Parts: sequence; C-alpha cells; structure tokens
Amino acid sequence: MNSIRKSATAFALLALTAGGAWAAKSDVTIGLQLEPPHLDPTSAAAGAIDQVLYSNVFEGLTRFGPDGSVGPGLAESWEISADGTTYTFNLRPDVKFHDGTDLEATDVVFSLDRARAEDSQNAQKALFSGIKSVEANGPTTVVVTLNAPQGNFLFNMAWGDAVIVAPESIDDIKGNPVGTGAFRFSEWKRGDSITIVRNADYWGAAPALEQATFKFISEPTAAFSAMMAGDIDAFYSYPAPENLVQFEADPRFTVLAGNTEGETILAINNKMEPFGDVRVRKAVSMAIDRQAIIDGAMFGYGTPIGTHFAPHHPDYVDLTGNAPHDPEAAKALLAEAGYPDGFETTLKLPPPSYARRGGEIIAAQLREIGIETEISNLEWAQWLEQVFRGYDYGLTIVSHTEPMDIGIYARPTYYFQYDNPAFQALINDLSVENDPATRSAMLMEAQKTISEDYVNGFLFQLALTSVVDARLDGIWPDAPTQAVDLTGVSWTE
Amino acid sequence: MLRYTVKRLGSLLASLVVASLVIFACIEVVPGDPASFMLGINAQPDTVAALREELGLNRAPHERYIAWVGGLVTGDFGTSYTYRSPVSEIVVERLAISLPLAIYALSLTILVAFPVGILAATRRGSLTDISVMATTQLGVAIPNFWFALLMVLVFAVNLRWFSAGGFPGWDAGIPAAVKALTLPAIALALPQASILARVMRSSLLDTLSEDYIRTARAKGLTGRQALRKHALRNALIPVLTIIGLQFSFLLAGAIIIENVFFLPGLGRLVFQAISQRDLIVVESVVMILVFAVIIVNFLVDLAYAWVDPRLRSRT
Repeated sequence: MNSIRKSATAFALLALTAGGAWAAKSDVTIGLQLEPPHLDPTSAAAGAIDQVLYSNVFEGLTRFGPDGSVGPGLAESWEISADGTTYTFNLRPDVKFHDGTDLEATDVVFSLDRARAEDSQNAQKALFSGIKSVEANGPTTVVVTLNAPQGNFLFNMAWGDAVIVAPESIDDIKGNPVGTGAFRFSEWKRGDSITIVRNADYWGAAPALEQATFKFISEPTAAFSAMMAGDIDAFYSYPAPENLVQFEADPRFTVLAGNTEGETILAINNKMEPFGDVRVRKAVSMAIDRQAIIDGAMFGYGTPIGTHFAPHHPDYVDLTGNAPHDPEAAKALLAEAGYPDGFETTLKLPPPSYARRGGEIIAAQLREIGIETEISNLEWAQWLEQVFRGYDYGLTIVSHTEPMDIGIYARPTYYFQYDNPAFQALINDLSVENDPATRSAMLMEAQKTISEDYVNGFLFQLALTSVVDARLDGIWPDAPTQAVDLTGVSWTE
Repeated sequence: MLRYTVKRLGSLLASLVVASLVIFACIEVVPGDPASFMLGINAQPDTVAALREELGLNRAPHERYIAWVGGLVTGDFGTSYTYRSPVSEIVVERLAISLPLAIYALSLTILVAFPVGILAATRRGSLTDISVMATTQLGVAIPNFWFALLMVLVFAVNLRWFSAGGFPGWDAGIPAAVKALTLPAIALALPQASILARVMRSSLLDTLSEDYIRTARAKGLTGRQALRKHALRNALIPVLTIIGLQFSFLLAGAIIIENVFFLPGLGRLVFQAISQRDLIVVESVVMILVFAVIIVNFLVDLAYAWVDPRLRSRT
C-alpha cells in the first residue's frame, strides 16, 4: 500500500514537472551569421543591427509587415495634405520607452532631426532628404513638412534607419538601446550572443516569447552542428545551402525558403571601354545562363530577374526575355561592336558565396563568347575602395539588399556609372508622384529602361533560406527588410 | 642573475618600440576605409566624411602614431571604430576566454607530453616507443580543425554530452565555462602535445647518452635516479623553448578552432577587425600579442637561467 502511494506520488510529481517543462518553453535561440558592430540602427549600414533590433526593440512611425506592406507603427494614423507635402502623424497615446518615460511628439522630432542633421551618421540619410521641417503639435501629434510631394515617404519611415529613439538614451545607445518595442534589450555577450526579454509595458499585444537569444555563428560547419546538436532553435538565413536537403529530410526541422529584397547583379562599369557600347553590355547579358548560376552557385534557390526589381513586388515586370541565354547571338553582337575575338576584363568578387561561386560560373559562360575575365577575390573593405569608390573594375557581382532601390540608377556617379538623363528625370518625377496608378506605370517604365539599356547583367533575386525547429511558428519566411521580427513567434506544442 | 635580467629587459623594450613602428606602418598601407565599410553602399559622401572626421581618420599619420603610442604607454588603447567602445574593454572580454583556453590547452599538452615523452625515451626501441612515435606522428599530421569537427559530431551532435560550441560566460559558473572550453582545448592540445612529446623524447635521449649520466650510473645510481636527478633537468631547455612558443601560439593562433566552436576569443576579434578595417583594434591587439610573446620569451629566458646556471654568466 505504502509503495503504491509512493509511486503514485512519484507519478504525479513526474507529470507535474513534465507538464511544467512543457509549458515553460517560452524562450528561443536564433542563430545569425553576423554580429552587430553596435546597437544603434540609425548610424550604421550593418544589416545585423536591424536583424536583432528592428520591430523587436525599436519601432518607427510606420512598419513593414511580413509581406513588405507598410502599416501603422508608433503612429496609429496619419493625414496627408491635398498637395502631398504635409504629413500629420497621430501617435499612439500609451507608448512608453523601455526606460519608463512616455513617448512624446518631441521624441519623434528629435529622432528625425538627428537623422537628417548635417553631421548625421545615418547610413540612409537620403530617406530624410525630402524633409523640410518636423514639428510637434501637442504631445501626440507630429507634423512633417516636405519640400515636395514624396510618394514613398511612409515607406521610407518604416526603415530600420528611421526608428524612434529616446533622446536621453543617445549617449549609450550603441551598447544599451532604449526603444519602444515588444522586447527590451537585456544582455550582450560580445562575440557570442545578444539577449532580449519581453517588455511588460508594451502598448500592443504581448508577444508569446518571454526571452530570445541571438547567437552569432559565422562558420557554416559550426552552424550545421549547432542546429543538429539542438543548441539553437532556428538559424535565420542559413549560410550553407548544401546542407538544406539534409534538413528538409529531417522531421525535426522545417526549411523556410523565401524572398529577399536582394537583386543580385553582374554589375558592369558602364564608363569603362568597351562597356560604353550597349551592344557589348547586351552581349554580356546574353552570355549569362541565369538558371545555371542559380543551380550551380545557389543550389537552386533564387528567382531569375531581368531588371533591378523584386519579383514579388506587384509592379514587377518579367523582363528576363530581353536577354535570353544565347551565346551565338552574343558573339554576333560582339563582332558587330568591333570585338570579333572578344576582349579581356576584370571580374572582382566580394566575399559572399553568391559572388565567389557565381563568379566562377559567369567567367566560364563569358569565355564561351570570347570574353576572358581576370578574377580577383576581394574583402568588402577592398571592394568598397577599388570598385565602389575607385571605379577600378570591369565586372563585379553584388546583391543590392535595400528594398525599392531602383533609384540608384539615377545616380550617375554610382559605381556602375550609368548616366541616362531620361531615366534620371523619370525617377525625379516618380519621387513627387502620389497617384498609385501613375506610380505603378512609372516604376514599370523605369524597369524597362534599365533592362533595355542592359546597364548590368541582371542575375537573380537572392533567396532567404532559414532552418527552423518544426515546432516553432511565426518566423517570417521572407525578408522585406533585414529583420527577424519575433513579436508573432511562438512554440506550437 | 641581475645583470642578465636587466640586459633581457633592455632588449625587451627595444623589441616593443620596433614592433609598434612595424605594426603601424603595415596597417597604414592596408587599403580600405573603416567609415565607408560601416556606412555601406547607400551612404551619402557627406555622411562618410562626417564619420571620418569623428573617428579622427583625417589626421596626419605621424600625429595618429604619436597619439596611439602615447595612449598605449598610459594604458589607453583607444576606441574601436566599429564597436565604439574602448579597445581595452573589448580585449579584456576576449582574453577572459583566450587566456584560460590557452592555459587549459597548454596544461593538457604538458600533462600528456611529459609522461609520454619520458616513457618513450626510457624504453627506446620498444613497442611502447614505436607506438608513441606513430601516434604523435598522426597527432602532428591531423589538421586540428578537422579533429575538432569530428569531436563535435561525436560528442555534441550524436552523444549530446557537450554543446557544439559557444561560451556561456564565467558568470554561468566555473564548471559550465570549463565544460565549454574542454573540446576546444583538446583540439588545440592534440598537435601541441604530439610535438612536445617528440621533443621531450629526443631531448631526453640526447642527455641520457651524455657522459655525466654514465658517470652517475657508475657512482651507483639506478637508471630511474639518474633520470630524475640529472637527465630530466638538462633535457628541459629545448622543451621550455617549445612550451614558450606554444603558449604564444595558443593565445593568438586559435582563430580556426575559435571559428569551429564559435568562441568569442582574441583570434576571432582580430580576424573580424581586419575585415571591418577596425584598424585601431588590430593595431592594439597585435601590439598586446607582441607584448605577450615578448614577456613569455623573457620568462622562458629567465627559466633557462634557472635550469642552467651556466647561462647566467655566459651573457
């Protein structure tokens, strides 16, 4: 009798602790490849800062949804004046910063003024260049006046570089970020991990997770073993596509394959001979077999593109037909341009695998039409120096990860040096256009122009592949911006 | 002994000055701008200029050299361009892993190499000797990152006895921290122990064939007594040299093992700092490592003199 009671108690205890353990899973460990250099999203380009902090710790007036749409953030609503130059934002009344102070209109004024100041270190200062003035009108109303109507202003305000910061936290923001988000910053073990915890005073719906840890693992093999050993629950943007088949076959994991805003291009130095001739650029584009690059370099992940625009965007036009893979036609074009025997040029490759692996394949494809490339592998710092600022290159491969960045083709000094006044005028008109239908038509026009000018070799839209514990729900498959938004993530069992 | 120590200290200082000049000059010629790196490809030129100004990159090289060395002397290592926090703070954080890891690995090395080396030397030509030679040959030949990966697969992925990597921090408790460093320390120690055991063996064989050992045996000492009293101490000089080199290597050269186990050590810090062009971190860390190597060599020099009194008067 005694022993029966004992075992019954033991059983009850076991059930209790087991139940407890089951209910207690409210933390998550996310693997990331790169560690943020510091924690101020408004003064560096590093995507890793936004991956950890965007929407989790910091919020802007507007915010990106999982599909890239722009919705209300700290501003619950807004009115746009008839001429399109004045935006009146109504802030949510009950928002507190993590240090306990209330969010007020003056904080928004401070944040936007800081970003557009003369000595601003904002990596995307152009987002704020159209602003004429920012004024507080009472505690929860902010009036932004623009120099001219700006069609994508609400979109610009959703960027991680446009989040609202607490004025009194600025001095320490790089090590101790104070935001308004659903999670507050807790600890940074430099070189190892960053931990954020649930914010009990959050204005919106409380997140399911109590705690999240971002662990930084750059080595692909280490990422694989950490995932397999159960050290991490999800690896966002998994670095070794060659392992994905194995993860797909394993019921413990789910592989998420989504889109990014990264147009991967074979950039051409338009001012370097012989690339000034559009026939040569067209020949380069036609020498490229996009699918072979996607299969060979990206293990099949990626969508072919024919212009500098994301395929999942509603205004995307499929222009891959402008440069079908046709080596014979490409050779004929080269001959017509005066290079029947081809020519030699440089192909400078930055570190990511899409560039290094893709570069080898592209070099082979170009050789087929007589173009010999001298490949050099560069670090990012060297690439910025030689290619980006020095224009010292013939060809290079880069993924442009900023959303909606077709406007870079209107900057004649941008590294590929495309100088087309008609295109510049088009982008200018676009920036002041507010009518959605007209904007749509103009965006399509812009895509066609650069595609038909063969400015660059348009390769593919970079895919995002993440490996996630099968029981974890709510990780965004796509990356409309560099963010690992955890507000909707939960465990399913 | 004092004269010897002072002389060694003088050459130590001269080495430091030369090293600082060489390091600064090397870093000056590396292409790449830290400000452009941090702000990325969408930044406007005036933003980059503003950041360069704030980081003090627009000053003349000799001004920056003097400011840097002046800072080093007063213990101020400058502020990291990328992390924007004091270099000394970052380095201390990293040393909290790299130093214990190096000591751990070196202890394992010595604990294994000494008995194995002595055993092989005293039983020269025996099966034990042959198997020691074969195993250590293998230990030297196996790339240690491969061995590390193998251990991760066995002990972390399959058996789940260890984490695949990472470091919980010393505040998680000493057992947890030591556990996290165990696989990396073994991976680091494998080739070092193999090398050291071989050096120990050959050095001991040399001394065992010396005349004074024969004399000692003739006086009536047993083989074991002669070994302990005379041979071991004399065999230690080359062994100490190797240990000194190994310690410096383990402190700075563990980059690959740190990557395999994603440990935030000094090697990875330098590696990242170079790619981010965080030049001040690179300069200061390299300088600290030079300092560490020189100090270790200085200590090894002193240890020679302690082991071999003839060295004190020779110099």
